[in-house]
Amino acid sequence: MSDQNGDIKKMMIILSKATLENVYAAFVLANGARMEGIEAEMFFTFFGLEAIHKEKLEHLHIATVGNPAMHMPTLLGGLPGMEALATHMMKKEMERIDMPDVHEFLDILTASGVKLWACKLAMDMFHYKKEDLYDDVDGVITVGDFYKQGSGVGTHMLFI
Amino acid sequence: MERTIAGVTIQVNEEGYLTDFSQWSKQVGNDLALEANITMSPRHWEVIDYIQTEFKNEVPLSIRKIGKSGVVDIKEFYQLFPMAPLKTASKIAGIPKPASCI
Repeated sequence: MSDQNGDIKKMMIILSKATLENVYAAFVLANGARMEGIEAEMFFTFFGLEAIHKEKLEHLHIATVGNPAMHMPTLLGGLPGMEALATHMMKKEMERIDMPDVHEFLDILTASGVKLWACKLAMDMFHYKKEDLYDDVDGVITVGDFYKQGSGVGTHMLFI
Repeated sequence: MERTIAGVTIQVNEEGYLTDFSQWSKQVGNDLALEANITMSPRHWEVIDYIQTEFKNEVPLSIRKIGKSGVVDIKEFYQLFPMAPLKTASKIAGIPKPASCI
């Protein structure tokens, strides 16, 4: 038997979407890990890259279509301005519960020691350059590199 | 439950947090810190002092609030209390475990 007692030592969180609710879920999980003394690293791939794209991260929206929990008819959710309105309302609620905006959340995560990695393949696909990304992104890496980062006992991976 | 630390008897819950802040003293805080492998410095005490003031004012603690406290930034907070800083600092400060997710 090893001396591993089932404790979580490290969370590897993969974010593949940039709708606000998914971005916040990933950020809260990463920050929550650090608050418990658990290491955390994040891998931003495909649309998840927008959460660390300097210009785009300020303009993320929640999804009003294809989101049954919005309790909004799909047709209505697709009307112009509906996403913006829902996003505005959600942001107000978030401020009320002391939830930081995306940029400030990234500052909190990096100050807390969370590593931020951008997916090389997705960067190439979207024609993004490292300079387009939030300044404290740790690097642009491959899937293999990310798995290597997660090696060791007690690491858990999470795909969002 | 009862336990003895720094030569006095204190009441703690099952996770080791003081249940009666009036039983806290700097010596108790110091010895609770040692149990968490932390040797208290003047910087540590400044942070503990801030946390206790917030507690007395009934302001719920979060990492974000610590970062905006003007007393310590988040990076230094993690350096001072490396493992689970908000929980560890709260335990040393003699206040209940913080219920915040951020």
